[in-house]
Amino acid sequence: MAIDKLLKDEATEEKGERARMSSFVGAMAIADVVKTTLGPKGMDKILQSAGRGQSVTVTNDGATILKSLHIDNPAAKVLIDISKVQDDEVGDGTTSVVVLAGELLREAEKLVAVKIHPMTIISGYRMAAECARDALLKKVMDNKEDAEKFKSDLMKIAMTTLSSKILSQDKEHFSKLAVEAVMRLKGSTNLEAIQIIKKAGGSLRDSFLDEGFILDKKIGIGQPKRIENANILIANTAMDTDKVKIYGARVRVDSMSRVAEIEGAEKEKMREKVQKIIAHGINCFVNRQLIYNFPEELFADAGIVAIEHADFDGIERLALVTGGEIASTFDNPESVKLGHCKLIEEIMIGEDKLIHFSGVEMGQACTIILRGASFHVLDEAERSLHDALCVLSQTVVDSRVLLGGGWPEMVMAKEVDELARKTPGKKSHAIEAFSRALQAIPTIIADNAGLDSAELIAQLRAEHHKEGSNAGIDVISGAVGDMEKLGISEAFKVKQAVLLSATEAAEMILRVDEIITCAPRRREDRM
Amino acid sequence: MALAFDEYGRPFIIIKEQEQKTRLRGLDAQKANISAGKAVARILRTSLGPKGMDKILQSADGDVTISNDGATILEQMDVGNQIAKLMVELSRSQDYEIGDGTTGVVVMAGALLEQSEKLLEHGIHPIRIAEGFEMASRIAVENLEHIAHKFEFDATNVEPLVQTCMTTLSSKIVNRCKHSLAEIAVKAVLAVADLERKDVNLDLIKVEGKVGGKLEDTELIYGIVVEKDMSHPQMPKRIENAKIAILTCPFEPPKPKTKHKVDIDTVEKFQTLRQQEQKYFDDMVQKCKDVGSTLVICQWGFDDEANHLLMHRNLPAVRWVGGVELELIAIATGGRIVPRFQELTPEKLGKAGLVREKSFGTTKDRMLYIEQCANSRAVTIFIRGGNKMIIEETKRSLHDALCVARNLIRNNSIVYGGGSAEISCSLAIEAAADGYPGVEQYAIRAFADALDSIPMALAENSGLQPIETLSAVKSQQIKENNPCCGIDCNDVGINDMREQNVFETLIGKQQQILLATQVVKMILKIDDVISPSDY
Repeated sequence: MAIDKLLKDEATEEKGERARMSSFVGAMAIADVVKTTLGPKGMDKILQSAGRGQSVTVTNDGATILKSLHIDNPAAKVLIDISKVQDDEVGDGTTSVVVLAGELLREAEKLVAVKIHPMTIISGYRMAAECARDALLKKVMDNKEDAEKFKSDLMKIAMTTLSSKILSQDKEHFSKLAVEAVMRLKGSTNLEAIQIIKKAGGSLRDSFLDEGFILDKKIGIGQPKRIENANILIANTAMDTDKVKIYGARVRVDSMSRVAEIEGAEKEKMREKVQKIIAHGINCFVNRQLIYNFPEELFADAGIVAIEHADFDGIERLALVTGGEIASTFDNPESVKLGHCKLIEEIMIGEDKLIHFSGVEMGQACTIILRGASFHVLDEAERSLHDALCVLSQTVVDSRVLLGGGWPEMVMAKEVDELARKTPGKKSHAIEAFSRALQAIPTIIADNAGLDSAELIAQLRAEHHKEGSNAGIDVISGAVGDMEKLGISEAFKVKQAVLLSATEAAEMILRVDEIITCAPRRREDRM
Repeated sequence: MALAFDEYGRPFIIIKEQEQKTRLRGLDAQKANISAGKAVARILRTSLGPKGMDKILQSADGDVTISNDGATILEQMDVGNQIAKLMVELSRSQDYEIGDGTTGVVVMAGALLEQSEKLLEHGIHPIRIAEGFEMASRIAVENLEHIAHKFEFDATNVEPLVQTCMTTLSSKIVNRCKHSLAEIAVKAVLAVADLERKDVNLDLIKVEGKVGGKLEDTELIYGIVVEKDMSHPQMPKRIENAKIAILTCPFEPPKPKTKHKVDIDTVEKFQTLRQQEQKYFDDMVQKCKDVGSTLVICQWGFDDEANHLLMHRNLPAVRWVGGVELELIAIATGGRIVPRFQELTPEKLGKAGLVREKSFGTTKDRMLYIEQCANSRAVTIFIRGGNKMIIEETKRSLHDALCVARNLIRNNSIVYGGGSAEISCSLAIEAAADGYPGVEQYAIRAFADALDSIPMALAENSGLQPIETLSAVKSQQIKENNPCCGIDCNDVGINDMREQNVFETLIGKQQQILLATQVVKMILKIDDVISPSDY
C-alpha cells in the first residue's frame, strides 16, 4: 500500500545489519587511510585540494589528512571528528586515535558476526578501557620535582613525537627548539606566544629559535634602521584619516577655499595626534592599522621608527613580549605603559627583511624561524613542530610520562587480558577483543617499518610477561628493545585521550542500528 | 475517482483537477494510514529501553546526529507522509510537555494502531474502536494513580530524585557516568527550583558544551559560563568581587533615530565636533567608573578607542554578549540590564564573587566563568566529551533528565519502570473489559494487548525471549499482587523494579498513554485521503 513513501524523495534508510555494516566499513576505511602514516617509518600522503589552484599538501599528520577528506559516510565523520578533537585538545596522537577506533570496530565486527549483541560488546569495551587506564596510571612516571630529569623527559617526548614526521632527520635540533620554546612559557599553554615564521630557502637545519621577537614587517622609509634602548608604543588606531564617528556628520562646503581649509584642519588633526604620540617619549611606534604617508613622514622627521599594519596576533604578542599595553588614545602619556627592548634592528633572513626586537623584558614569547627547501616542506615542518609544541605544553601542565614504541599498548593489553580471564560471561570476548585491538597498534608500527610484525609482537608479549618490562619496538634496529634506554617517551595525557576518545567513538558507532539520510539539499550551480 | 451527476445526468467535477490527484477512501485509507504510523513506530522500537540502539541521522547538509532520543530522531527524519508527520508531532508534544518518554509514546501509538488494524478487519467501526480506546485509557490512567507512590524528598535528601534521573539516563549513551550526570541534573534543578510554588524554570539552567576532555569532567557551575573573552588582551583575567555593569548600549556616540545631518562647513565646526566626539567616549567610560563597576558586560561592540579607554581606566569589559546570556547574567548577579549610560546607578550593578577567564586545550578557546553570584538561582551545566556528537547527545540526555527532575518537583508521584506500570495497567484493563457490554469490549481488550507491547519491546531489545519473559512477569504480578514487577533489562536477576531502583514519573506515564490514545483516535477517524499526485 502507500507506505513505501514514508520518507521524502531521495531520503534513504538503512536498517539493522546493513546499517551496522555500512558504519563499520566506513569507519574502517578511514582508519585504513591513515594507518600507513603511523609510527616513525610511516609514509606521507599528498592531498590535492579540489578548489581553485589545486593546491598540494604533503603531510603525515592524521588530523590534517582527515580534515581534507570529503566524506559521505556518517560513521567516518565520527572518526574524523575525534581526530580533530584530539588535535585541539592535546595536539598529537591524531592518527593513533583513529587507528585504535578502527581496530576496535574491526574486532567488534567479528564479535557481531558470531551473534554477540553490540550492547554486550560495549559494556565489555567499557570495562576494558577502564582497566587499561588504570594499568597506565600504575605505570606512569612523574618527574615534576626534578627539573633536570623533567627537561630530559620533555626532550624525549619531543623526539618521539618528531621522529614520525618530516623533521625526523633533525629531530634533536628541533626537539631542543621546541623544549626551549615551551620552557619559556613557564607553564602556560598559550601557544600563541610562540611565533613560527616560515621562510623558504636554506635547509631545515638552519631553523633557529630566537629569544626576541621577530615581526615580518618593514620599517618605514627614511627612518632609522637600528634603535637601541627602544621605547615602544604599541597602538591600534587609525593613522590614515581619522573618521568622525558621530553619526550623520558630513562635510558640506560651498567653495574651493573651504575645501582647502577643511583639509588643512584634517591635516592639523593628524599632526596633533602624531605630536601626542611623540610626546610619549618613544622612539618606536607600532600600529595595527595602516599608517599613511603623511604621518609616516612626521614620524621620520622625529626620528621615530613607525611600523604599520602589524597583524592582530603580532600586536598582541609584541605587547606580551615588551610589556607594553595596546593603546588607542593618546591623551595622557604618563599613564600609558610603554614597551621596552634593548635593540630593534632590521635583519635579513633569506631575501626578506624582518624587524627583530631583542633584549625584551618578558622572556615568555619567542620566535622560531623555520627554513626549508620548499613551501610544502615548511608547511609540514610547521605542523610537526606544532604537534610537538602542543604535546610539550600539555606535558608541562600534566607531567606524567610513559614509555613509547608500543610499550603502553602492550602494558594495557596485558592487564586487559588478565581482566578477560577473570570476567565471566559473554563480555569477556569483548574484553579480549579490546586487547587485540590495542596490540594492533604496535603491529601496524612494525608493519609500516617493514618488519616481521607477527614475530616481533610475539616476542614483545613474551617480554611483557615479565614484571616491569620496558620492552617496545625499536624500529631503527628492527628488534625488541628497551624503551627507557632508547629514550622513547610519550605523554600520559596523549595516551589517555587516545584511549578514551577511541573507545567513546567506537561505542557510539556500535550503538547504531539504523541510518536515516535526508535528501541532500539542492544547490544551485554556482559555477 | 468519484464522479457526481446532477439531476440531468450530467457529470460535474467536485474536486479540481481530480484526475491528477490520488485518493484513498474507506478501509483502504485507514489501512494505509495505520501502516504509515506503524512504520514510524517500528523505527523507534529498537531505541526503547536501556539496551536500545542509536540511530545515525544525516541531515540535508551532511551533518551527522547520533541519537537515542525519540523526539530528536523523528524531528531530524525527513518525513514526507502526512500520518507519519502526526507521529512526529506526537513525540514532539510529549517532549514539550514532559521532556522524557518520547520514544515510548510513539511505540505505544504504533502498538495501538496495530491492534486497531485487526479490529477493523473484524468489521468493527473505527469510531467504536476509538471509543473503546478512550475508555481503556481512562482505566489505565486511574490504575496508574492507584499504583503510584508518593515519594518524599527535600533539599537534603535528593537520592530518590537522582535515582529517577538515572532511569532516564540509563537508556542514553551517557549511561557510563549516569550517576554523576543525574546528580548534576538534580542539583541544577534544585538550585533553580521554587519549592514553595513547586515550579522550576528550566530557562535558568544553561547547558554549555565544549569538545575535549572526557565525560567525567562535566561539571555544574553555580554561575554563568559565557563563550567570550575580555575585549582587550591585556585586561585582567580574574576579577574578585566584581560589580558588573550590564549594558545594552554600544560604546559609541549616540545615533538618534530621527534622520539628521550634521553639516560641517567651517573649520571651527570641525574642531568642535572632534572635541565633542572625544568627550562622548570619555563620558561613557567615566559613567561606568563613577557608579563603581569593576566589569562591563556589553551586548554590543565598542571601537578601539573606547576599548583602550576602558583598559586604561582599569575597567575590564566583555563585548558582543548575546541577549539570552545577558539576561541570565543579569538574573544570576542580581543586576539590571541598563539600556542607557545615563541610567546607570550603583543599585543596578550585578555582583559576582569571582569572574575568571579559562582557556582550553591547545587552540585559542576561552570561556568566561562568572561564579559566586549574588543570586545563585542561575546555573550552568558544562559538558565535556570526546567529540561533537557525544556532546550534543549529552545535552539532549541532560535535558530529559532535567525535565524529569522538574516533573518530580511539580508532582512527586512515581510509578515503577521497566514496563511494570504498563503490565499492571494491561492487567487492570483486561479485568475491567468484561464489564463493558457491546463492541467496545473488544477495543478495550485490544488496548490491553497494545500496552503489553512496551515491555515486549524492552525484553526484545535486551536480548530476552519476549513472549516468555512477558508472560512470566505477568503471572508473577497477579500471583504476588505486586505491580512493581517488570522486565529485568540489565540482567541483574531481580524482577522487582523497586529493588532495582527504576522509577518513572507518574505524569510522564499518564501523558504517554493519553497522548498516544488521542493520536490514534485521530488517525482512525480519517477515511479519505486526497493528495496531489506526483508531478
